Amino acid sequence: MAAVNTHAEADSAIATPRRKILSGPLGAALILLPPALVLFTLFVIYPLAGSGLYAFYDWNGYGTPTDFVGFENFERMMGHSAFQQSVVNSLQVIAVSLIVQLPLALLLALLIYRRTPENTAFRLIFFLPYILAEIAAGLIWSFIMDGNFGVVADITRALGVDPYFITSDRSWAFTAVLVVIVWKYFGFHMMIYIAALQGVPKDMIEAARIEGASRLGVIRHVQIPMIKPAIIVSVFFSVIGALQVFDVVIPLTNGGPANSSHTIVTYLYTFGLARLKIGYGSAIGVVLFIAAVLVAVFYQRLFMRKPA
Amino acid sequence: MTRSNILREIIRVGFLCIVASFVLGPLAATVLGGFKSNTEIQTSALSLPEIWRFDIYADILSDPGFWRYLGNSLIISVATVVLTLLVGSAAAYVFAQVRFFGSKMLFSYLSLGLMFPFATAILPLFVQVRDLGLLDTYWAVILPQTAFGLSLAILLFRTFFSELPKELFEAAYVEGCSYIRFFWQFTLPLSTPILATVGVFVFVQSWNNFLLPLVVLNSREAFTWPLGMMQYRGEFSVEWNRTLAFVTLTILPAVVFFVAAQKYIVAGLTGGAVKG
Repeated sequence: MAAVNTHAEADSAIATPRRKILSGPLGAALILLPPALVLFTLFVIYPLAGSGLYAFYDWNGYGTPTDFVGFENFERMMGHSAFQQSVVNSLQVIAVSLIVQLPLALLLALLIYRRTPENTAFRLIFFLPYILAEIAAGLIWSFIMDGNFGVVADITRALGVDPYFITSDRSWAFTAVLVVIVWKYFGFHMMIYIAALQGVPKDMIEAARIEGASRLGVIRHVQIPMIKPAIIVSVFFSVIGALQVFDVVIPLTNGGPANSSHTIVTYLYTFGLARLKIGYGSAIGVVLFIAAVLVAVFYQRLFMRKPA
Repeated sequence: MTRSNILREIIRVGFLCIVASFVLGPLAATVLGGFKSNTEIQTSALSLPEIWRFDIYADILSDPGFWRYLGNSLIISVATVVLTLLVGSAAAYVFAQVRFFGSKMLFSYLSLGLMFPFATAILPLFVQVRDLGLLDTYWAVILPQTAFGLSLAILLFRTFFSELPKELFEAAYVEGCSYIRFFWQFTLPLSTPILATVGVFVFVQSWNNFLLPLVVLNSREAFTWPLGMMQYRGEFSVEWNRTLAFVTLTILPAVVFFVAAQKYIVAGLTGGAVKG
């Protein structure tokens, strides 16, 4: 390279084209872009396309798939009560996010968005669960909810009732998962709201105050409308996040008892991968993919149109 | 007037403290549990230990397996960060700096990863990693993690790069600086804030990842700490104090890291969201 450059001035007629190819814009594109394209194609797009293909086969993952079964995997999945339950459970995650988690996050954000030392301390505490690994959060809570050892055991003993195992109770096991999800994620949504609230111009709030708006009035008519974009984004994260819940469930209930607490992803893992039913698992992956894309597209259409 | 203000403040702080105890209670029980005997945990989960036992923590800290899990996680996370930053910023630089036919299309292509959950393609990914002979190697986790993280990284880098002053590039180009040298010498050094944000974000994600290692790592030698932790839990299922000590020791680095890097973590998680 150095040689080319020193000769460049003397022999520009030859050097210029070489310089253009090696160090010009095209050369940069040819050198800098392929690593990303190759990695992405190999480990994201190719497996994704694989899902779309294998979903129509009955295949254990060895050799090439030959046993074409059409939509049988999808039909079987739709008819499987554990799958139906997993969809209901994932919808429950969305519902709890919208009804409990986000209002709680918003309330807390309104209480501590001002920059004071004590608010900063609370902010750090509330955000702490978010940075812990989900698997650790699940394990911690499986201790708390252990009927023989945990805090739940303390409570039942204090009340003088029999030990209670919430994670082995068919009708309440998934509620345990929901509690952990709220515990883990409300701080994240609170942070989004805090960042947005801090961006609301102070004069707007003061102007509303001078015109006689009450504290609640300011919140309802100034602050919440002003942070609407943040709320839209946080709802989107909740919905997309609900489709991905996996780690938390494994240590808590592992999908049990009697497959009552699966999410779509734990269902995929248990009935697809753990049994090496690649075809069946791929079909679940395809359904998950379609759900995620539908959510993204509809959401963008409905709320995220940029003001022209 | 003032009295109602004080009352309001008491209610506010009281409510905040209730929520704080909901957050901290389980964590406190976990840390303290590692100092207790099992019989004591059984009689009271939340109290301070009657006798502080240090042997459980010491046991785990002197177990080479524990350090092996942490080491594996560290190697995988650092490699994922380095690879994501390098590959992602190189591609983003092209999108920000070079105009060429198909640039928009390729950018949309690389953004597809933002659209769907990782789990969607996990089964074919497992098959492919196996067929490439990568099962039980660090690469089995590093490469897919990097590939899936690229979409967000490229998006963030491109935005940042295109906001760098254009005059700088023009001046350097006139001076004979090549596109690639400009990338190394100017773009990357000027972009440390976004590199740090993306790097921290990628690191935390990799450090906490469970599903992918679970699928592609089978031997204990290659286990990352989340897998090691579940293994440990399985082995000592009746001895909660051991599991709790293990959990404490693994979340401790995360907490320290968080306090040190919170500026970047919070910026990375909320910055894009609020702007978007």
